Amino acid sequence: MSTRHDVKRYPGLGPLSVLFFVYLYAPLAVVVIYSFNANNIAGVWTHFSLQWYSSALRNTALINALKTSLTVAAIATVVCTLVALCAALAIIRGKNVRFRKLSETIVNLPLLLPEIVLAVATLILFSLIDVQNGVIRLTIAHSAFCTPFAFLPIRARLQGMSLDFEEASADLYADRWTTFRRVTLPLIFPGVFSGAMLAFLISMDDFITSNLLSTGGTTTLPVYIFSLIRSGTSPELNAIATLLILASLVLATVALLVAARGNRDNA
Amino acid sequence: MNQSKAIEVKSVSKYFGAYQALKSVSFNIGSNEFFTMLGPSGCGKTTLLRMLAGFESPNSGSIQLNGREVVAIPPHKRRVNTVFQSYALFPHMTLEQNVAYGLENLGWDQTRIRNRVGEMLERVHMSQMAKRKPAQLSGGQRQRIALARALAPEPEVLLLDEPLSALDLKLRQAMRDELRTLQRDTGITFVFVTHDQEEALDMSDRIAVLGGGEVQQIGTPTEIYEEPVNRFVADFVGETNFLDVDVVETAAGQATIRTPFGVALTVPATGHAAKGRAILSVRPEKINLGDQAQGVVFEGRITNKNYMGGYTHYTLDVAGTELRASRRNASREGDTIPLGATVPVGFVAGSARVLAA
Amino acid sequence: MTDSVLHATAEAGRAPRVRFWHDPSFWGLLPSRLLMGFALILPIFIIAAVSVATRGAHGGFAWDFNLAGYRQILFNEGWTGELEFTPQYLLIIVRTFLLAGATTLICLLFAVPVAYFISRQPPGRKAALIYLVTLPFWASMILRVYAWMIILGKDGTLPRLLEYLGLPSGMSLMFNDGATLTAMVYTAMPLMVLPVFASIEKLDGTLIEASHDLYGSRWVTLRRVILPLTAPGIVAGAILVFVPSLGAVLEPSLMGGGKQMMMGTLIQLQFGGGRNWPFGAAIAITLMALVMGFLIFAALRAARREAAL
Repeated sequence: MSTRHDVKRYPGLGPLSVLFFVYLYAPLAVVVIYSFNANNIAGVWTHFSLQWYSSALRNTALINALKTSLTVAAIATVVCTLVALCAALAIIRGKNVRFRKLSETIVNLPLLLPEIVLAVATLILFSLIDVQNGVIRLTIAHSAFCTPFAFLPIRARLQGMSLDFEEASADLYADRWTTFRRVTLPLIFPGVFSGAMLAFLISMDDFITSNLLSTGGTTTLPVYIFSLIRSGTSPELNAIATLLILASLVLATVALLVAARGNRDNA
Repeated sequence: MNQSKAIEVKSVSKYFGAYQALKSVSFNIGSNEFFTMLGPSGCGKTTLLRMLAGFESPNSGSIQLNGREVVAIPPHKRRVNTVFQSYALFPHMTLEQNVAYGLENLGWDQTRIRNRVGEMLERVHMSQMAKRKPAQLSGGQRQRIALARALAPEPEVLLLDEPLSALDLKLRQAMRDELRTLQRDTGITFVFVTHDQEEALDMSDRIAVLGGGEVQQIGTPTEIYEEPVNRFVADFVGETNFLDVDVVETAAGQATIRTPFGVALTVPATGHAAKGRAILSVRPEKINLGDQAQGVVFEGRITNKNYMGGYTHYTLDVAGTELRASRRNASREGDTIPLGATVPVGFVAGSARVLAA
Repeated sequence: MTDSVLHATAEAGRAPRVRFWHDPSFWGLLPSRLLMGFALILPIFIIAAVSVATRGAHGGFAWDFNLAGYRQILFNEGWTGELEFTPQYLLIIVRTFLLAGATTLICLLFAVPVAYFISRQPPGRKAALIYLVTLPFWASMILRVYAWMIILGKDGTLPRLLEYLGLPSGMSLMFNDGATLTAMVYTAMPLMVLPVFASIEKLDGTLIEASHDLYGSRWVTLRRVILPLTAPGIVAGAILVFVPSLGAVLEPSLMGGGKQMMMGTLIQLQFGGGRNWPFGAAIAITLMALVMGFLIFAALRAARREAAL
């Protein structure tokens, strides 16, 4: 009965939404399915095989690219999470901060500019001051453009946290550092964690900047995959893609669960 | 009781931008006193409390805690603890850890902390929940833990910022008694902030009524209710009737006044003694109706009545002036005066109060 | 109370004028200012300078003031120095805007009904569906584009399906603007659904009931109640999709092939094989100016909207 006159219901939305989710996941499913294909030609199915996974795991160029990506992402994540944490504390909790809005815009600047513009600008900078080391170039650039992704969740968390907790801590004889260590940091930790996770994934996923800044010896994973795609789709590429898709989906799920748990605990 | 001063506030002013939240406020709070700051929102009471805790500093003036100037001392170095309106229990710590927090920061040793935490949880009847987290507690239980946490370090003064406002009515009544007992047992000075006059009258040794950033009156609950010094206090605390009157003569502590409906009477001139225009404040329960009318008696017509169960509110028209009276329904037939009836109305002159217009 | 104490407390009470190195927020903001200053603001100034520098003989550039980079966007310089209007780069700019605009519109068309449908689900299922919308976003961007190459490419899933259905075989679905658009829509979709969902979720359901109570049909309610009230989310989603789409590189270079360029690929080309840094810098500055102009326009409109409410 309730649905017959439910004014909030628009007919056709259900089937449309089902189609939408099929559309979201079908392309990923296609990659995964073909990765188990024995045939050499990526698009033609013969029979089930794991051979492309074993050849992917023995691919040293792939492993090296993975190492470069992990190194850059790990350093960049630490740097930009610390930068973002300091900035969020100053912007949200600081007293008498002049140019508060401007300071926040500076932190978020990478979101406002097209990445390709930033990438070529950084390329020119590094060639002018002659920085040749690929990992250093990538780490600096990634730290900069990942900072807003670390900043936004931390900022949101800090803003949602009542000042009462920090005041209660000071009231109970804790100095500033103790308050930060024992009250502020544990309470904003879910934000810090999801910020760091986001920054890590964005860094791992980056193609535009890495493609311009990486050097011969320091190819990142997406840049390596791009070169593989350019040289023709191969079933091994499907296996690599499947592994990477799985890894990022697991990481993202963990990040979302931690954030959700944090929200519930402190409700 | 007030032999020694726990807190001395002297000419404290506070601006928020151009807005003056406190206008040169001064008062003292005695040791072991249950002192309440009462006032409407925006009167400056919370600002004052936050200054005592150290979260705000005055733009000018001085605050002394047991004879020591504290304005420049940060909150974590003041032996003052606060029960927050939101309780501010640390959600990531167990109740035990919450209560121990202040003691750890004071550098107590582990055994002493454990004993004190146990003792405090016992005192607020929460021992069996020591390992729980605040999210698992009811409002009343959170309130108790907040109290235990603030009292554990044996502060010189306990500050309470509307701690009962989040509780439901029945619980609030029980907590009032519990707070009062706790204060008597510990002998710690309590500074309580509320906008609820009933709470203030019920619990306090003394009340400071604040309004418009100024102290309007300081006194015992009876003084505040029965002898308000100005229109603001009479109006904010309890209900009252204000009548425009003329003071025609004052002599020997007595004032002779003329009321708008013609009756002249003599009342004690404790509040206001100048001749000319003034107002007379008479509480509704001091006005007697019908066969109970005594003191100054005149006549009024019932224009409205509100049956409240325990008592009935009547609105009267007395020669064009509106008066409100309330009458206890002492028997089943208490509410007997019909709407529109003209009845004798009276009040005892001593229960009315002349105030500046 | 002595005068000196009164004086001291008055001093302490005033909002203290501390020296900046005693101010914790100065130190808190310093790392972000240094990082962004060095890795972002400085490079932008440099690229602005390079855009008006002279192209070097063998790649690179020389610091001689020259507007050739900008001139080249519209004109071709002949041997004798005469300028000839050539629309090829202008066409790339127009294509970039058309593709980014089309991406935004298509995403919106799907996102609004889907977000509305999700918002009507019971809490548990709602959270699960939103998680499902977010999830593909975390899969690597390049792999999401690659997936469409498998589907649309030679011997791909879709051409084979069409062949099976009796349509002419060997049809090329790749290397055209349609293929680029398909990948752009796919990668941007979650960015549109989430903000739209957030604003629909905030919509008070009784407003819809009130509209129906006052004789509004579903269509009238959608047009006059739901859409106006969710406009902030729709605008936010449109910005989140439109701005990165303007700078798209992966989709046009993988799906569009070498010929169907967008501004992003054109810029990249100037710093790779093409080797004309001042021209590349000039296009980059142009792209940045267009994006900034669009963002400022959106911010001003949002401010006006807020002022009106």
